[in-house]
Amino acid sequence: MKTGRALVVGVIVTALGIALAMLKVNPYFYFAGYVILQYIVIATAWNILGGYAGYVNFGTPAFFAMGAYTAVFLIRSMKAPLPVLIVAGGLVAALLGLGIGYLTLRLRGTFFSIATLALAVVLQTAIINWEYVGGSRGLSVIRPQGPPFGNYVVFLFTVMGGLAVVSVLVARFIERSWIGRGLAALRDNEEAAECMGVPTLKLKLFATTVSGFLLGVAGAPFPYYVTFVEPNSAFALDYAVNALAMPMIGGTTSWIGPVIGAVLLGTASQLATVTISSEMNLFIVGVVLVGFVVLAPEGILGLVRRLRGR
Amino acid sequence: MAEPLLEVQGLVKRFGGFTALNKVSLSVKPGERFGLIGPNGSGKTTMINCISGALPVDGGSIRFEGREITNLPPHQRTRLGIVRSFQIPKPFTSMTVRENLGIPLEYAAAGRIRDEDAEAAEILRDIGLDAKAHLRPAGLTQIEMRKLELARAMAARPKLLISDEAMAGLSSAEVDDILAILFRLNTQGITIIMIEHIMRAVMRFSERIVVLDAGERIAEGTPEEVVRNPAVEKAYLGE
Repeated sequence: MKTGRALVVGVIVTALGIALAMLKVNPYFYFAGYVILQYIVIATAWNILGGYAGYVNFGTPAFFAMGAYTAVFLIRSMKAPLPVLIVAGGLVAALLGLGIGYLTLRLRGTFFSIATLALAVVLQTAIINWEYVGGSRGLSVIRPQGPPFGNYVVFLFTVMGGLAVVSVLVARFIERSWIGRGLAALRDNEEAAECMGVPTLKLKLFATTVSGFLLGVAGAPFPYYVTFVEPNSAFALDYAVNALAMPMIGGTTSWIGPVIGAVLLGTASQLATVTISSEMNLFIVGVVLVGFVVLAPEGILGLVRRLRGR
Repeated sequence: MAEPLLEVQGLVKRFGGFTALNKVSLSVKPGERFGLIGPNGSGKTTMINCISGALPVDGGSIRFEGREITNLPPHQRTRLGIVRSFQIPKPFTSMTVRENLGIPLEYAAAGRIRDEDAEAAEILRDIGLDAKAHLRPAGLTQIEMRKLELARAMAARPKLLISDEAMAGLSSAEVDDILAILFRLNTQGITIIMIEHIMRAVMRFSERIVVLDAGERIAEGTPEEVVRNPAVEKAYLGE
């Protein structure tokens, strides 16, 4: 599929999303749909670093919360409009990404992952002690009056749909370019990649920055979505687990893997939240993840490839 | 005398309190077949890691084609033309043999290649891996893996190829096979540094040999001179 055609498909998907938003169905579907779309962005963003470059990031909540809290800060200080929140949230998280990119100089494998986990804890502690954005008690956010169309949740659903399409296009572009091939080489063997002329540090910084940017973008509309932001929900463990589980279940080597994983797991956990209990959904994610790691370590994509006989 | 292609001067490398290389100098002429030998732990691989840039040095300088490269990162040295193969093959496991060559063709040889596919096909044919182009490295035999290592190094368009024990563990016929490939590369104008434990191979291949022992350079000369050197005999066999 050429990039031009992918763009067309992206536009069609976005248009479908808007059409869906126009339908007058139960508002809960938009509310739940938003979460699934948000996870498409998160899983896709995580996969740029974790799947393409092989650096497993356990600190997804840190990046997501950077997006969310940048938005909270800008809403409180200047009532900035949503597009500004999204771009600013993305940029702040991108800076954080660039920072962890330099960690890869010294830390690889498990050690890198532990450092990203520590980063999330440190940032959460910082936010808890920052009263201006709500501290540990949290902060209520009032949605702007009169969204461009529908009610505000329907509007946010559409916006997140657009962000999901953009994220997937970005990931797909990276995967098929020289950058993606270089990242695959350094994932396979960093020393050999460097010796074959791949500027590994530059590519890693690129991956951590883009991945961080998109994770921040996913978090920026969060305050308007929940209308009450507090550290435990913005830094939720769910993000760390899902960001990793969704690409693993879908397949990490291709852009479609995280999308498949996010749609399947996202839908399953929304269903579980409604029908069983909200505590059940992480449990389900855990069980499914263990199942896949044991039975199909290359995810659904790997399964499909195997069934087709390579 | 021609300007040396590679000139290492007074190279020092320490690991904590241990001096792995103590002011080692060597120079390699363009087109030369150069052997680097020494007992286990003498610093051969450390030397290669310093020349290729994998390890920072603690003293001394490295010049390539007259240019100071002591502090360049490895990928830039590769682009200048210093390419190494690894003692234990390090293929890109998720890629096919052909795709493995794609990485150096696209990165190291960027701008110097007209047709990537033709170039890759030619290298694979030269080295005898053309029938395996669509296999993953996991499906290769030990000698094919060594050949892939060399093919990938070739795809980076080296001026200086450093072959780090490309023949360890191979049968006698396979050693001849790899030697023939290296001789052929040399006739194409590529300078080669061979690090090898298999004496038969390194003696036959090298025009000039430097011997390292415990981080010091103890001898230099033609293969005949080196084997007659009492210091070399002492390093290998003891008193």
